[in-house]
Amino acid sequence: MTRLRTPTLDGGIGGVVVLFAVIAPFIVPGFWTANLLTQTLILGIVAASLIFLSAYGGMVSLAQVSVYGIAGFVLGNLTTNGNTKGLNLGWNPWVGVVVAVGMATVIAILFGALASRSSGIYFLMITLTFAVITNYFFGQVTDLSGFGGISGIPAPKAIGSVDAHPWRLYYVCLGTALVLYALLRYVVRTPFGISLQGVRDDPVRMSSLGYNVRLHRTIAFGFAGFVAALGGILFAWWNQHIDPASIQLSAVIDVLVIAVIGGLYRVEAAWLGAFVWVVLNNYVQRIGFWSLSTRFETVIGLVFLVIVLLSPRGLIGIWERAVAFADPRRDRSTPSAQSPLEAGTVEPSV
Amino acid sequence: MASVPAQIELPRRSSLVRRQALLRRALWTLVGLAIAFTLVWVLFAAPTTGSAATSFGSAWHDPRDFFITVLNSLTAAGLYFVVASGFTLIFGLMRVVNMAHGAFFLLGGYIALKIQRAEVGQGGAFGLDSSQVNMAHWVIPTLAATAIIAGAGLLMQQLFLRWNQGQELRQALITIAISVILADQMLAHFGGIAEDVAWPGKIDTFVNIGHVPYSGARLFILGIAVGVGILLWFWLKRTRAGMVIRAGVDDRAMVSALGINIQLTFAIAFLVGSALAGLGGVIGGSFASLAPGVDANWLLNSLVVVIIGGMGSLGGAAVGALLLGFVSDFSAAYLPSSYTYYSIIFTFALVAVVLAIRPLGFFGREA
Repeated sequence: MTRLRTPTLDGGIGGVVVLFAVIAPFIVPGFWTANLLTQTLILGIVAASLIFLSAYGGMVSLAQVSVYGIAGFVLGNLTTNGNTKGLNLGWNPWVGVVVAVGMATVIAILFGALASRSSGIYFLMITLTFAVITNYFFGQVTDLSGFGGISGIPAPKAIGSVDAHPWRLYYVCLGTALVLYALLRYVVRTPFGISLQGVRDDPVRMSSLGYNVRLHRTIAFGFAGFVAALGGILFAWWNQHIDPASIQLSAVIDVLVIAVIGGLYRVEAAWLGAFVWVVLNNYVQRIGFWSLSTRFETVIGLVFLVIVLLSPRGLIGIWERAVAFADPRRDRSTPSAQSPLEAGTVEPSV
Repeated sequence: MASVPAQIELPRRSSLVRRQALLRRALWTLVGLAIAFTLVWVLFAAPTTGSAATSFGSAWHDPRDFFITVLNSLTAAGLYFVVASGFTLIFGLMRVVNMAHGAFFLLGGYIALKIQRAEVGQGGAFGLDSSQVNMAHWVIPTLAATAIIAGAGLLMQQLFLRWNQGQELRQALITIAISVILADQMLAHFGGIAEDVAWPGKIDTFVNIGHVPYSGARLFILGIAVGVGILLWFWLKRTRAGMVIRAGVDDRAMVSALGINIQLTFAIAFLVGSALAGLGGVIGGSFASLAPGVDANWLLNSLVVVIIGGMGSLGGAAVGALLLGFVSDFSAAYLPSSYTYYSIIFTFALVAVVLAIRPLGFFGREA
């Protein structure tokens, strides 16, 4: 029913990318491993959860960064000690991880249940509302965070100090990203994943066939929340600090931009988009451009605008077109996952 | 053979339906209890001492501050309505979620600020004082900023949105891109320090309502909001242009087929909708302040108002604005003082409850 095999050329390139990622700490400067590549992997995980929801569930969610932030804040409250703000419980990091991911997933299920009656732009608006409210919540509630956020979030002993051994966290991120990628690919092939795609394509018909549309959307949202929560844990360890600015509206939009730049219909695109974003973020500080002071956010906004206007399938869409050009025998007419940007009107359903 | 599974299915379905009805009743009971508890708490129970002390105590204990909180809620709702009515007008007709609405709000405020400073001068360390500003120094920047934002909105619609008509998600993402660029450029040009537009001296006074002195500026905002509401109502219900817009909300294709220039109607709706964001921005910038992040705040306010009230409905925007105004002001005033910062939870609860019992909002209709 669905065509899930990727083109062999894609597979080959994918293998090369993974191989490069594995040996990267030995061949690129330490700054790249410790900062750019680790950040790429973490942001890619969050963006992958968004792409999963959008490509297979038809839900473009802006609440992924909030779920990621919730996991980070819970972890920070549970595992730190001696901060001025937060609960300072000083738990073992591993226990903290389990509780934080669990809580973030539960909240994601709640968000998903509330938003599950809508789709398309309604879903976008509702999840954006959740995202901004979550940001204000952590900004205002000084018991849990407050504006300054929580500092000194420790990684477990096995990973050790991130400053002393950045490559350890890098490999943890890489391993997590690979496992989550495999998991996402697996889930979309399960009966649940297939019926989720049915819900995406025609909720009314699926509902009359006896499928519980809202339940499918809620479970998918909870699962994506779990993925994003793991990203949040890694972010908290990597950054050693989390504050409301980490999940403010611009951060929410950044992850959306990453997903759209990569391509909203293939999970791999998340890491491609994240890499482009991270590199731009680090190397475009200020370019003169007419009289506009063109800073990073402006550049990223312009790139985003151009992608949305001209290539709704994102960078990976451009790549696929190139592959199709190089290998014209492959039939690429019916991809199973679509970019919601191409689907035209997304009908709201209730 | 085919009928056998159906027979097995039937009892399961009916029990599911019964369970859903039960769930709904439980939900309504819960909501009813929460409302009843809130009323009792605010009117009679809120203490002024002890661990749950509130700033004012109950309405019975302190009717004056209760009255002021009611007025605060009403005037806040007025501003919410002005901004959100523009958002809902655009959405109702064109199904465009204008994510740049908050950025237009902030830009409108900054433009008015710059024009006012150019007229009057820079003022002191805290900007201009209201005694230095006369009525014209406020009205001219307001009109200019409103007009400029209306033009900016129209430009965005014509350049980017018009040829993507019907691709709702793509249009929403385009407006997000515009808002990112605008927010960054505003930060670059206006800086990160909070500034505010000065009220004219005549407005920035206290008016006695009964024996209670109350901010004239807030009453002025309420007046503008009521005026905007009446004008919009008159325009939509009593003029030909409004009739066309309402017909377009119901059936775009039919209106177009009747020979009406629907593109012109779209342009007018976008012009008016953006103008309301600009006007709201000047009022908001005079009433509170202008700083990075204010755009996100007002995008949130507009979203909450239209999600509660129902997207595309003017009456819904009024109801949503009132609910948001009352919930946010009352939760800030009547929560125990040591928990005031949890008031944001109540905004979330408001959205969550409305979504749970009326997924399309109070006045929302299916597209």
